Amino acid sequence: MPTIQTIDINAWYGTKQALKNISLEIEEHSITAFIGPSGCGKSTFIRIFNRMNDYIEGFKMEGQVLIDRQDINAKEVRVEELRQRVGIVFQKPNPFPKSIFENVAYGLRIQGINDKKVLSEVVEKSLMRAALWDEVKDDLNHPALSLSGGQQQRLCIARTLAVEPKIILMDEPASALDPISTSKIEDLATELKENYTIIIVTHNMQQAARISDKTAFFYMGEMIEYDKTTDLFTNPRHERTENYITGRFG
Amino acid sequence: MNSIRKNRITDTLFNYLGIASTMFGLIMLAIFITNILIDGIARIDWQFLTSLPSRKPERAGILTAWTGTAWILGLTAVFAIPLGVAAGIYLEEYGKKNKLGTIIEINITNLAGVPSIIYGLLGLEIFVRILHFGASLMAGAFTLALLILPIIIVATREAIRAVPSSLREASFGMGATKWQTIWHQVLPAASGGILTGIILSLSRAVGETAPLIVIGALAYVPFVAKTPLDEFTVLPMQIFNWTSRPQHGFIINAAAAIIILLVLTFIMNGIAIYLRNRWQKRVKW
Ligand SMILES: Nc1ncnc2c1ncn2[C@@H]1O[C@H](COP(=O)(O)OP(=O)(O)OP(=O)(O)O)[C@@H](O)[C@H]1O
Ligand SMILES: [Mg+2]
Repeated sequence: MPTIQTIDINAWYGTKQALKNISLEIEEHSITAFIGPSGCGKSTFIRIFNRMNDYIEGFKMEGQVLIDRQDINAKEVRVEELRQRVGIVFQKPNPFPKSIFENVAYGLRIQGINDKKVLSEVVEKSLMRAALWDEVKDDLNHPALSLSGGQQQRLCIARTLAVEPKIILMDEPASALDPISTSKIEDLATELKENYTIIIVTHNMQQAARISDKTAFFYMGEMIEYDKTTDLFTNPRHERTENYITGRFG
Repeated sequence: MNSIRKNRITDTLFNYLGIASTMFGLIMLAIFITNILIDGIARIDWQFLTSLPSRKPERAGILTAWTGTAWILGLTAVFAIPLGVAAGIYLEEYGKKNKLGTIIEINITNLAGVPSIIYGLLGLEIFVRILHFGASLMAGAFTLALLILPIIIVATREAIRAVPSSLREASFGMGATKWQTIWHQVLPAASGGILTGIILSLSRAVGETAPLIVIGALAYVPFVAKTPLDEFTVLPMQIFNWTSRPQHGFIINAAAAIIILLVLTFIMNGIAIYLRNRWQKRVKW
């Protein structure tokens, strides 16, 4: 059963159309990769799943996004609750200018949970799952901004995990990182798949091929091809996809 | 003469012109401060700080004036800070960015440049006459609060605008509401800039005389204000009053009071500069 389904998504920035008629289904506990040349609409599309585009002036969309069969744009949906279920990790690590502990605890604090014991447990568990605990367990009160870029990004993942989302959106989470940090993030995504549904935007073909179950190729606002990752990479059905994954443009 | 050489000569010329104008300003300030110090520094003692005004210069003090200034500073801060910061937050975060918003923005910037005596007239009509506060601390503080409100609003907006959008997105992405994001992330990140604006505006309020004269504050107040509805005087008015007396003793008193006022404003501006530097360092993450 698909947990995510989009039906005929069209989206505009002002008068400029950024997404055209996109319909797809995403299975539970899978990793789906979005690939495509710069400006093709990957970020716009991934941000639709937790309505991060809501605050962008001039943004407009049509179509339906169903998560667990519920229309997330329906009036009765509280966007804050939606974002607790659908977490997001951005391209550039963006920890809060607070301590490591407070970064991870933030999601709970804004839900009104301030019990020190509960917070400590969640912080430890989340940092462990994000493979960061061993590196920071003695420095939880240090400022998050004193961590390295790779550590900051894993902290951002830990922060997202702390509120127990079901779906995690990652918009090029490793593009600003070195190879070692990148492979850590990839391992992490693969592990998290057990319990979460993950959508990841990437410019790195090998990365998409390595970690994802399904891949969607976007081009100028359209979804050209969406298939099992192995099929899409070994046997693309469209010329555009083939040109892109073999590096002939993009 | 080729253009590169011409440019270089213009460059040198402006360089010297710039140094000359800067030096002119600094030298004038130095002369002024030295004069004041020579005249007044010996006059500052415990008696001067704790005495009421008097007809005899050597017995007169600035007790009513500095307590009045302290009252005015505190009350103005209490009225202006919450209002100004709240208005800044509203305009930047909630207000629609349409034509009306632009008009409001331009008007607030213009208000910051309106001569202070005009605010005095406004205060006289509204606070002294319509609201019957009389020439009290309340009326003075409300008037000065109006005067510095635009400065605080503009500073708040600029500080909020400088907060990187990645920080907001991070907070929204965690499921925070708009208000939680403003309260937990935007305001702390903007606090240095807001605080700088607040202190600079208050240091301006401390030096204002004209609007207080217009609302009817008196230079001679023979008692220390106990409640916000009492009459009052402030340091600049006391100075103004003393400099217009014929006896030389009062000129000395004025110089001494000027030193106190200068020290107060220098300290406030110093804190503001310190905060600004610290904030600029922090903002580059
Ligand atoms: N805030 C915005 N306002 C106006 N237009 C935008 C905005 N964000 C994106 N766009 C436009 O929408 C189109 C899709 O942008 P999007 O960021 O989704 O692309 P992308 O596939 O994520 O690209 P990249 O790989 O470079 O991140 C682009 O043409 C872009 O110029
Ligand atoms: Mg993008």
